[in-house]
Amino acid sequence: MTKIAELYVGDTLNDIQLDPVSRIDLIKYAGASGDFNPIHTIDEEAKKAGLPGIIAHGMWTMGNLAKLFTPFYEEGFIQEYAIRFRGMVFLNDVVTLKAELKERDGDVLKFDVLAVNQDEKPVLKGQVVYKVA
Amino acid sequence: MKEMIGKASTKVKNTVERGAVKKFAEAVGDMHPIYLDEEVGKQSRFGQNIAPPTFARVFDYGVIEGLNLPNKGLIHGEQIYQYERPLLVGEDVYCYAKVSDYYEKAGAMGNMGFIVLENNGEDKDGNAVFTSKSIVILSEAYRKVQQV
Repeated sequence: MTKIAELYVGDTLNDIQLDPVSRIDLIKYAGASGDFNPIHTIDEEAKKAGLPGIIAHGMWTMGNLAKLFTPFYEEGFIQEYAIRFRGMVFLNDVVTLKAELKERDGDVLKFDVLAVNQDEKPVLKGQVVYKVA
Repeated sequence: MKEMIGKASTKVKNTVERGAVKKFAEAVGDMHPIYLDEEVGKQSRFGQNIAPPTFARVFDYGVIEGLNLPNKGLIHGEQIYQYERPLLVGEDVYCYAKVSDYYEKAGAMGNMGFIVLENNGEDKDGNAVFTSKSIVILSEAYRKVQQV
C-alpha cells in the first residue's frame, strides 16, 4: 500500500463501493448512533414526511466515507472532516466513496471527498484534512 | 430563535466505551483492528484503540435550555468535525452543545431557518479534544408547525 504521505496532488485513494443500502444497515446505524429519527427506518414515517421511502442517515454515509482513510492510521489522523449533504440515499442505492488529494501544505494533506450513487449523482461532498506527523 | 444564540448546555461526562465503538464501527462498515483489537491499539502510535472519526455523534451533549427542536422534519445540511487528536477507547470526554448561530434565508423550501449547533468535547483538564458544527435546516413548513 502506498503511504498517504507519499501521494501527489491529483492522486486518489482507492474508491470503495458499498453494498446496496439495506434496511438493516440503517437500523444498525440508528442503534449505534442513537439517531432514531423514524424517516430512516419506518416506511410510513418517511411517507408522512413526503419522502418516497426511508432514506439513509446523512451521518451513516459520512461515517462510511471516513474508512477511506482508516488504513493510514499509522501515519496520522483526520484533523478536519467537513461535509455538505447533497442528495438523499434510498434503499438499494449503491454508494461509491472517493477521495482526491487537492493540496499539500507540509504535513497537512487536503482531500476533496465525495460519495455518489449508482447514477453518479453526488450524495455528499466535502473535505478531509489529514495531518501526518 | 435568534435569542438562543450563545446558549449552551451544561457539560456531560461521556466515556468512549469499547462496546459502543465496536457497534459503531460495525454500523459504518469500518471494522479495522485499530478500533477493535487491543493488541493493535497498544502497538499503535496512539498506545490505545481509537474511535472512528464520526463516533462523536454518539455522545450525550446535554440539553440547551429553551431549545426544543423535535428531530422530525429537520434537515441536516452540513457537518464539520475538527479534531486535536483521535478519541481514545476508554477515555472520558466532557461534552456540551451550544447554539453558535441562527439566520433565515428564502430558498427552495420557503423562508428557511438555519441553526448552527456546536457539539464539543474536552478532556478532564478542559482542553479541547474535538469541536463540531452541524448546520440544521428548518423548512418553512417545519417552522410553522413548531412555531419557531
